[in-house]
Amino acid sequence: MATTETTRPAATAAVSTRRQSWSTLVRHLALLAGGVVVVLLITGWFDDFANYQLATLGAYICAVAGLTLLTGTSGQISLGHGALMAIGGYTVALLQNQFADHGVTGLWVLPLSLLAGTVATALFGAAFGVAAARLRGPYLAGATLALGVALPSITSHFEVFQGDQGLFVPFDPPPAGLGDDFSLEHWQAWVSLGAALITLFLLANLQSSAVGRHMRAVRDDEIAASLAGLSVPRTQILAFTISSAAAGLGGGVFAFVLQTASPGSFGLVLSLTLLSAVIIGGLGSLTGAVLGSVIVVYLGTWLTDWIDGLGLDAGWAQNLHDHLPNATYGLLLILVMLLLPGGLAGLLRRIPRPRSPRRPRVGRPDPPDQPAAADQPVPPTAPPAPTTPPPGGQA
Amino acid sequence: MTRSLHRRSIIQIGVAVVAAATLVACSSSSSDGTSSTTSAAGTAPAATSPATASTAAAPTSTAGSSDASSPAATSAAPTDNGGATDTGVTADEILLGTTQPLTGPAAPGYSKISAAMNAYFEFANEAGGVNGRKVTLKVVDDGYNPAKTATLTRQLVLQDKVFALVGALGTPTHTAVLDFIKQNKVPDLFVSSGSRSWNQADKYPTTFGWQVDYTVEGKILGDYIKKNFAGKKVCSFGQNDDFGKDGVEGVELTLGAGSLVDKQNYTPTNTNVGPQIGALQAAGCEVVVSFTVPGFTALALGTAAQLKFAPQWVISNVGADIPTLTGFLKEATGPLLEGAVSDNYLPGSADTSNSWIKLFKTVNEKYNDNAPFDGNVVYGMAIAYTTLQVLAAAGPNLTRESVIEAVQKGGYTGPGLVSFRYSATDHSGYAGTQINVVKNGVATPTGPVYTTDDGTAPLTEYTEQQPEAPANGLPE
Repeated sequence: MATTETTRPAATAAVSTRRQSWSTLVRHLALLAGGVVVVLLITGWFDDFANYQLATLGAYICAVAGLTLLTGTSGQISLGHGALMAIGGYTVALLQNQFADHGVTGLWVLPLSLLAGTVATALFGAAFGVAAARLRGPYLAGATLALGVALPSITSHFEVFQGDQGLFVPFDPPPAGLGDDFSLEHWQAWVSLGAALITLFLLANLQSSAVGRHMRAVRDDEIAASLAGLSVPRTQILAFTISSAAAGLGGGVFAFVLQTASPGSFGLVLSLTLLSAVIIGGLGSLTGAVLGSVIVVYLGTWLTDWIDGLGLDAGWAQNLHDHLPNATYGLLLILVMLLLPGGLAGLLRRIPRPRSPRRPRVGRPDPPDQPAAADQPVPPTAPPAPTTPPPGGQA
Repeated sequence: MTRSLHRRSIIQIGVAVVAAATLVACSSSSSDGTSSTTSAAGTAPAATSPATASTAAAPTSTAGSSDASSPAATSAAPTDNGGATDTGVTADEILLGTTQPLTGPAAPGYSKISAAMNAYFEFANEAGGVNGRKVTLKVVDDGYNPAKTATLTRQLVLQDKVFALVGALGTPTHTAVLDFIKQNKVPDLFVSSGSRSWNQADKYPTTFGWQVDYTVEGKILGDYIKKNFAGKKVCSFGQNDDFGKDGVEGVELTLGAGSLVDKQNYTPTNTNVGPQIGALQAAGCEVVVSFTVPGFTALALGTAAQLKFAPQWVISNVGADIPTLTGFLKEATGPLLEGAVSDNYLPGSADTSNSWIKLFKTVNEKYNDNAPFDGNVVYGMAIAYTTLQVLAAAGPNLTRESVIEAVQKGGYTGPGLVSFRYSATDHSGYAGTQINVVKNGVATPTGPVYTTDDGTAPLTEYTEQQPEAPANGLPE
């Protein structure tokens, strides 16, 4: 009896969701196009070193966006995403070396390598996800931490990875059609930010799709989700796989930007940095993933520049250089956890928008009540439907 | 309800992150613990010298203008852009950059090199600099981590716009940036490592080695083993990158392929060498050739002593500096190192009769806060001297091309016991080295200075005398 009652509203919800998903797709496409324009403008305006930093940022965004999906949307923690990036990075390095050794060149070579890195990491992530789906809380944290510690060390033990020295990543110069003045760093920024935009676009669509809703349902209440007919392990494994794919792409891009894949690039500190970026940016929010990545990539540079501008004597300046970035970083993490549970993205959401009164949305809950999930417009109309009613009905 | 769930999961994650961060901090501080004394002593002068160099700007530029009557300064004046002849070169300054391990596994000992380089440049600047320009060296710390080197080298070249890189330290670190350096056509002078990668004139036309390469060193060490420890079981212990590989290859070139009974490797980020040393002991090794950075030489010697394993040690010069090893092994240094075989292409830091050592000691007292005088200080000052030589030879109209031509012209002599091999096709550094044996705690030169190539050529005795150090300490 209860089922017949709930199916009808669910069906109408599905229709409205479909209509809304079109507008969501259009909106995401518009954001993607906007992103491309911004990237083209910024990279054209920046100098080489700034473009190199942007390229690093792109790699971080890929991985952080994947991790925010895993931790924020699906509710699983990973302290080993740096290791997943290593799989992507080493795959790209090995492939690019093979291509270079056999004299294979072309514009498709690098995207193919990056794709292979993504797929390889996704496969590994799927396998690891099977184990991860059985673990909860500190056990999952421990298992992923072990992954983060062990995987980079493995590279020291096989000749093919060339130890701490790592692998060199050769690649073709930027296409000749872009002109002689087009620097390598400009090209790296294009490729890297392109990968980041694609990742963000796909993940944004995923988050507002049924799959994203399932992940949130599993995150909020596993028992309720399984009573609603969702397979909890399957959803969690899928989340781990997708998150790994994003990390693999990020790692591949990272290796391409650094022109090297070495254990030092993918250490435990990287894993923790990625998680910090997720928390600082705001759990589960893609906007937050971008903001968090910006903070972790640029905070050190900003502070260093600021210290240099102070005109301190050299001993003090060196002391500050050595310790201030880490101290600030830790302090920021603590402050965000205490004061801004929604991270920087949550802070952005608190700013009142002038256009909202003109376009009132029916059934949309108050944003601050959903700090993590409110980033996308679709869920608010539907989410109470699959998750909350069953427990409510039982009670 | 969702909200409280979020709170809780955020707190859980936060706790996990903090716990993991503490773990990392503990492990890194414990690995620092082994190195703290030397690295702290090394970083302090490195930190102070750039500033003193820049505060020295005023006196140096006045020295330059008072020197304006000299032919070099007058010929520099009429060039375009007010004396700015290339990136990083102005009328009164040449900006150089270097990546150094001021922290991390290779910091003990090596962190003193850049401070010594800076001290020598400061000394040269006060004496008028090179063709009226003072030399400024920007030192950045890569922690011996190739990923950091990649970013920092780009920072030096693209952001700080240095004229050239000088003495960038480390085989694994610098290998990662060779292509970037080539693409930007930056002179990459005198990489502080003996990897053969620097000697690829056609592939990397702007990169030059400086110290004797590890294969040449391995051949000469192998020759000593062949003559003095014939019939003994020889094994190797090396860093698991081109440093260890090139060195072992050199030893095998002399002793024959497959002559090493056992070959063990270590990773610089893992300080437990027990398994490897145990394996060498189990293989019955009587002579162990060690291609190790100082920290790992000490670990190897200490671990072997704990295992009551006492082979004849033959150690690459990069890991055999006695004052540096004393920083680790303290009072055990004497007994553990006695009789160890190594080699050097520079005069030993204890050889006070040598004119170059006298000169470097004076500079060290005045410009390097009188840092403990060891092989690293000699190394840093010697590399600075060669840098001054080629900058001077490149002439007042200094460009990136002219300095590369100047190095390739070759023929430089100085603090080294042998000549350089520099030519248009050979970008490796010193051509050979001399064996030394530790006697009563002092590395005592033994036998002739040998030169050879990194292939199958036999060893040749080098007979030319080392020139005396110039009175004013500057290349003519």
